[in-house]
Amino acid sequence: MDVKEAIEKMGFPIIPDEKSNAWQWFDVRELKLRYILSVEGIKKFYEGLKEGKLLATKCKCGRIFFPPQKDCPSCKKSEMDWIELKKEGVLETLTVIHVRPTSFSHYDPYAVGIAKLDDGVRILAWYRGEPKLKPGQRVKVEIVKRKEGYQTYELVPI
Amino acid sequence: MTGVAIIGVGHSVFGTRRDVNIPELCWESMKPAFENANLEPKDIEFFVVGNLGIWSSELAIPAIMAEYADLAPKGSMRVEAACATGSAAIRVGYTAIKSGLADLVLVLGVEKMQESPNPNVIELIGRFGSYFWEFENFGLTFPGYYAMHASAYMMKYGATEEDFAKVAVKAHHYAAKNPYAQFRKEIDVATVMKGPYVAWPLKLFDCSPITDGSACVILASEKKVKELGIEEKVWILSQGVGTGTANLSKREDFTSLASARYAAEQAYKLAGIDDPVKQLDGANVHDCFTAPEVIAYEDLGFCKRGEGYKLAREGQTYIGGKIPVNVDGGLKAKGHPIGATGVSMAVEAYKQLLRKADKGRQADIKNGRWLAHNIGGTGHYAYVTIYGLEKR
Ligand SMILES: [Zn+2]
Repeated sequence: MDVKEAIEKMGFPIIPDEKSNAWQWFDVRELKLRYILSVEGIKKFYEGLKEGKLLATKCKCGRIFFPPQKDCPSCKKSEMDWIELKKEGVLETLTVIHVRPTSFSHYDPYAVGIAKLDDGVRILAWYRGEPKLKPGQRVKVEIVKRKEGYQTYELVPI
Repeated sequence: MTGVAIIGVGHSVFGTRRDVNIPELCWESMKPAFENANLEPKDIEFFVVGNLGIWSSELAIPAIMAEYADLAPKGSMRVEAACATGSAAIRVGYTAIKSGLADLVLVLGVEKMQESPNPNVIELIGRFGSYFWEFENFGLTFPGYYAMHASAYMMKYGATEEDFAKVAVKAHHYAAKNPYAQFRKEIDVATVMKGPYVAWPLKLFDCSPITDGSACVILASEKKVKELGIEEKVWILSQGVGTGTANLSKREDFTSLASARYAAEQAYKLAGIDDPVKQLDGANVHDCFTAPEVIAYEDLGFCKRGEGYKLAREGQTYIGGKIPVNVDGGLKAKGHPIGATGVSMAVEAYKQLLRKADKGRQADIKNGRWLAHNIGGTGHYAYVTIYGLEKR
């Protein structure tokens, strides 16, 4: 029974629960959520990704930020350099998401991992390869397009 | 500064509660708390509601309850710290009394997760890390975040999925003896191992469920305890609070939660505890999944780093073992109504310390101290609270 049928049958958007038979009012005011996030401060990251580069921000004080960050809390400066990361490192952890959120249901179960790159920063990314975690596993970062059609990045065992 | 005591507690039945709406579910735990403390709603000076709430309809639960339970016009707020919301609510009540601004505070934790269909809950709960860099772009789910800790832990220390399964078996063992628990049924290791993967290496029975529930405590100052002549009470001896980075990739390792270690250190220092296993009678730890219970043993110093899985393997956290943990069924089997969980832990500390726990799940109380470890997100928030029979 959907809400429309319920209104016809019960006179209200009320559907008794299948298990307990307790009356449930089905909200008629449906909400669809889609946020709008500013990436203005890190737009170079996306310009880099388009060219196949993985970019991080580096403050004049030497601190590197990935995901890139516009402001440095160490020296309170905001004049960051954009540096290209080496795209190689060691896989530190891994999971395979079997129960997917609805918004990812168009994917088969997918693996996600975290690697420590040789530059010293860590990166969380898709993982492509046999989902096995072993100490010291070297991985590279590949910039690829996935089903959504825009560029993203994957960890791939070397 | 004044001591702060819990003088009344209440707990709803946890589970799929399609039989009640939000205020009815709240009242289920508020009513026994009032009766227990021998107080009326009008006696309350200030109240705090822990509720995460994105999956349920009512946002202004303090106002809803001010109306439903005659708490108006007293001051209130709703607080949120992901799965540590309940402890954050206790924090607000505790500090209000400590500071001398109030003598009698009601703390309510509530969550009605099943007002939304499961897929929506899964979708929303995956956002409690870094929404943009982890969920939006890489589809991490809440089990996924902890699965990455489970797999890193297994790789580093050689723990197995069976070790984690034993945590679930213990949770169900005690939940079967807890009339307020969601899953009142014993299971065995084979059942856990046969379950489908949710996020490798975590399987269905490694995961806490989606739960509706509420829990309530009434907090009082020392002055109020004397004035009311309260006999049955449990003191909040200390509370430590920590916060972790949003992105897991900003952390140094995945076999421990730095925020939890930080919170534990503060709580132990303030309560004068240097040997937790010897000085506590038991604990509730944040077992939203089985693996994090094992990690919690280590973060709380119940054993050395890398040895938590041995406590699980050897059954050392059952009653009669080294230290009883989650003998109410834990989040795993008692259920995990997000905003209520931290308050439910306080209710359990009260029951255990006053020897009011149900038959078969009462720990031996020798030291008069109980610990609650409540984590929001994946170590994004950490609250460690120590409850005691004797004021420090
Ligand atoms: Zn700097």
